[in-house]
Amino acid sequence: MPDTELAPTQAATAPIAPPASATAAPRYFVRFTREQRYMHAVLFTTFLGLAATGLVMRFSESFWARKFASGVGGFGAILFLHKLCAIVLTIAFLIHVKEVFQRGLLRREKGIFWGATSMVANWNDVKDLFGHMRWFLGLGPKPQFERYAYWEKFDYWAVFWGMIVIGFSGYAMWFAPFFAHFLPGWALNAVLVIHSEEGLLAILFIFSIHFVNTHLRPDSFPMDMVIFTGVESEEEFKHKRPLEYKRMLAEGKTESRLGIAPPLWLLNFSKVVGTIAIAIGLTLLVLTLTAYFH
Amino acid sequence: MCALCAPFPTRSGLGIKTPRRAKPLGKEDGRMNLAAPNKVRLKLHHHILAAALAIVAFALAPAARAQDCLTCHGDATMTDSAGHSIAVDGQKFASSIHGSLQCSNCHADIKGYPHPDKIAPVQCETCHADQAAQLKTSVHADAKEHPCTSCHGNAHDIYPKTDSRSAVYPLNVPKTCGQCHSNNGMAGKHGLPSVYPNYIDSIHGFALSKEGLLVAANCQSCHGSHGILSHTNPASPTYKSNVPKTCGNCHAKIEADYEQGVHGKAIAAGNLSAPVCSDCHTAHAILQPTESAFRMQSTPICGNCHKDKFSTYRDTFHSQLGSLGGYVETARCWDCHQAHDVRPASDPASPINKANLVTTCGRCHAGANLSFVQYQPHANARDRKLSPGLYYVRLFMNLLLACVLTFFMIHTILWLIRSRYSQVKSKAANGGGKSANGGKNA
Repeated sequence: MPDTELAPTQAATAPIAPPASATAAPRYFVRFTREQRYMHAVLFTTFLGLAATGLVMRFSESFWARKFASGVGGFGAILFLHKLCAIVLTIAFLIHVKEVFQRGLLRREKGIFWGATSMVANWNDVKDLFGHMRWFLGLGPKPQFERYAYWEKFDYWAVFWGMIVIGFSGYAMWFAPFFAHFLPGWALNAVLVIHSEEGLLAILFIFSIHFVNTHLRPDSFPMDMVIFTGVESEEEFKHKRPLEYKRMLAEGKTESRLGIAPPLWLLNFSKVVGTIAIAIGLTLLVLTLTAYFH
Repeated sequence: MCALCAPFPTRSGLGIKTPRRAKPLGKEDGRMNLAAPNKVRLKLHHHILAAALAIVAFALAPAARAQDCLTCHGDATMTDSAGHSIAVDGQKFASSIHGSLQCSNCHADIKGYPHPDKIAPVQCETCHADQAAQLKTSVHADAKEHPCTSCHGNAHDIYPKTDSRSAVYPLNVPKTCGQCHSNNGMAGKHGLPSVYPNYIDSIHGFALSKEGLLVAANCQSCHGSHGILSHTNPASPTYKSNVPKTCGNCHAKIEADYEQGVHGKAIAAGNLSAPVCSDCHTAHAILQPTESAFRMQSTPICGNCHKDKFSTYRDTFHSQLGSLGGYVETARCWDCHQAHDVRPASDPASPINKANLVTTCGRCHAGANLSFVQYQPHANARDRKLSPGLYYVRLFMNLLLACVLTFFMIHTILWLIRSRYSQVKSKAANGGGKSANGGKNA
């Protein structure tokens, strides 16, 4: 849904880069606004916190869970951190929803709920999915992707749905006597099952599928910096999302999408933060798998 | 010389020339010097009184007076031929419970001086017949392994059990028993558990050793003293069905509660598989029940018998919270079921009776209402008949998890292989060199 094309003022825009004469210096295009990058940072930080504390509760019988719990000050501290991250993530989620509706409904921006730049799935995504699979097996050409590819849309909606489900079930446990006013008795039992299973799904999905699809696959290895810097090189843009690139050229929006090359400090900072996040995620993934199949 | 100054026939009085004990000369001389005035006096009357005095002395003072024996045995370094101390601390003996007795009351085979090197063991049962009889039926029946002195301490130094110097004074009992029933004691040799360290770290042990609480249970409060029986003996206070009564000697109200509960009733009915106090609290390492260590360790104890309930409890948030250290407030079995008068849910007096649930849950969950208490603390998401809603929720969630992960796992693996393949191929096409953006464009 969010789209930098239509919010150019928020993008990390820069003075228009020198034209063709500077072909040696690669041009950079903005993909994510600063707000979107901050949103991702808040999302993955709180998610790591929620995952780390949640897994400790989910697998409280395991050796590492007890070690971790005693390390941070026992269960009380674990639950406190879990709730703290939950509140921060809830606020971030509400801000995001507000943004989407403000842009789509109040400002009537195009491409939010429908179209090439929308996060909402369309028929092309289904075609892309099958086309991509055929390409995996060497049965067809590689599909050309638009601004958001089908797996990116899935990531988005998985998180969106996950936050609603996990959030609701979590608050139902937190304020059980209140929720009991309008939930049936057995639902109080069900919320724990829902919360922990959906949480487990989110953890397994993010720490394996999302990590590999977005960061660790050969095209982006070791990580896709665009979510940290907001910009990507023209070559990468053209290669990864040729349809969007062509559309940008056709619509003559090249100059409004231009950004500055990420400064070295931002690249290094992003690498450190990204590496730490991926390392924590992979550690939690291994712990989860060992506890699950123990 | 009269009976008063010679209650015990001296060798001079009897006119017997005796060999002196083979003892260090210096000491011997010292002793003799003290006796010298007597000797002089005796010599004066020797011929006239010797025979008569001997008879009178025996008649009036049949028992050996302590101070006479102490003439020799008062020497703290005195040992027998085997090197064992045969010294007696006269002062301590005088203040001991037996201080008014004469030596020969106990050492009955000593009729005069000198006495044989080897004397018969003292028979405490001559006076303490009841205790000796009890001891003979007890686990400590073997008198050689367990002489009276093993518990009562030095034979010449025995105090009443109300005296803090006594080895069987309440505060000293655990240490006394612990001489054998500890890691370093005899217990290991007999295959007995080392109970002393457990006891001393228990709530009873703390009460006794830290507070000096005389009423705190010590070993003999539960096991008895002379007539200690094995816990397998139905007459023993530690026999399973007797345990509630034994603990009830102090914990009267809890015993009364316990007897009202299902466990107490089962025991009373002769069902020995039901738990008694020691099954949940342990026998020796008893902890304060509000202590986190106890709250952490005890739920699995109930689970030893109530396996299905324990398993479903472990699926709940109560258990997940409770298994992590540092947070002990979450509901354990007895927080809902009561600890001692555990009653079936059908019993109106049970805290888990439907009518009482709001109160029971409300103890922790402020604002608990009738809908809230519909929560099933032992719901089984694997049991379709018992918890259908939960069963299908779990089924759906598991299917969702399995489908999403399976699909994307295959998708991602294929993608990885294909991407790598393309990347290698394009590199080869570029003559093995890196492409402009570091080989990222596969």
